[in-house]
Amino acid sequence: MSIYAHIQSSVKMEIVEKLRTKDRRAIAKAITTLEDNYEDSDRLLHTIFKHTGNAHVVGVTGAPGVGKSTLISSLVKEFRSRGKTVGIVAIDPTSPFTGGAVLGDRVRMGEHSGDRGVYIRSMATRGSLGGLSKATSDAVKVLDAAGFDIIIIETVGTGQSEIDVVRAADTIVVVIIPGLGDDIQAIKAGILEIADIFVVNKCDREGVERAVSELEMMLDLKEKRTWRPPILKTNARLNEGTSRLADAISEHYSHINRNGELEKRRRARYSEEIRDVVNRRIGEYMYLASGKEFFDEVLEKVLRKEMDPRSAADLILNEIVKFDLRKSNKKN
Amino acid sequence: MADKADKKIRVLIAKPGLDGHDRGAKVIARALRDAGMEVIYTGLRQTPEQIVDAAISEDVDFIGLSCLSGAHMTLFPRVVELLKKQNASDIKVIAGGIIPQEDIPLLKSQGICEVFGPGTPTEKIIEYIRTHSK
Repeated sequence: MSIYAHIQSSVKMEIVEKLRTKDRRAIAKAITTLEDNYEDSDRLLHTIFKHTGNAHVVGVTGAPGVGKSTLISSLVKEFRSRGKTVGIVAIDPTSPFTGGAVLGDRVRMGEHSGDRGVYIRSMATRGSLGGLSKATSDAVKVLDAAGFDIIIIETVGTGQSEIDVVRAADTIVVVIIPGLGDDIQAIKAGILEIADIFVVNKCDREGVERAVSELEMMLDLKEKRTWRPPILKTNARLNEGTSRLADAISEHYSHINRNGELEKRRRARYSEEIRDVVNRRIGEYMYLASGKEFFDEVLEKVLRKEMDPRSAADLILNEIVKFDLRKSNKKN
Repeated sequence: MADKADKKIRVLIAKPGLDGHDRGAKVIARALRDAGMEVIYTGLRQTPEQIVDAAISEDVDFIGLSCLSGAHMTLFPRVVELLKKQNASDIKVIAGGIIPQEDIPLLKSQGICEVFGPGTPTEKIIEYIRTHSK
């Protein structure tokens, strides 16, 4: 059921108003409408978009098992005690073989169940490889329009290059644990480069000081910049260090707000999003413009080696260019 | 782009009550995943309130409840009741675990859509969910 069907079946209210009451069903249906790409998803995005841009979007990323979910749960507790509302989008991987997924991030966030100031949504990557799902930024927009002060994105357990979160969040928290030793060197060029804040979680473990000093050394190598990522020690399971982390997250937000970096990041974000949608839509219009038969015809030519794949693509693009979008009812 | 083009079946697997045996629930979660569904797993010792809260937030199509403690006659109908209260009766509830035969009609009369006992082939559950999802 899309959000429009849901609103009709319940109280008659404007969607944004309904979202603003933090009505769980409305928020959930709105996210599904965008994620599953229902017919009215464009209309929904159009309606909510001007109500977005007020939330502080925080990305939390790191390797599997470093304690991202537990850290987020503890962080949410801290933000709640400061009177902030928090929306969470937690991403887990989709199986490339079956298209299915087991989403287990809620297991460690159970204590916030029933709190109207907290909304948690699990999402599967559905084929995206950058650590987020295609619809993550749409889910963030829904939570933003719903008026959550802080929105936390938990990426899938990342390795070295799943850094889509850079485009989705204002502040990036990279979580590591002690004992990775030389592995820190190895991942240096990957996700460590995107951090605005480092967290060394499970700080009761051996090797925590070494992990911190290795990070410090790495930061010393970097050229001067206006924000040096702080390195914070936490033990999320015991809620230790998360108050300081919440401070650092807020400080970073004020910092990028002041120096214009926030605007730069948002510009890059929308620029990327527009490109993404254009790319996706070109794919969708392909069949509309040239027809499946035309595609198959071209494909046959390629199979018979009468045409190469790039020339085939140019031929199809040519059909799309000639195609008048306004004349076609693209949704039917 | 037709409606429901990218529609995925989403199922919440939850264990209400106090028993700590989640092997069955995990086997089901895995089987549904392998059938291409998105399974939200919420872990042990969930109250009906927590389960319904999660199911609504996650906008699932089904809730699968597993209980081996014998408290199913209290816990399962409570989930259905809370869903109704939240205007979310379109979320269907199915159940498994150790459920005596004679309790099944009673559970069904209270809104549990189907009960799958021990030894049910997972294909049967998958088939049920596929045919009964909107």
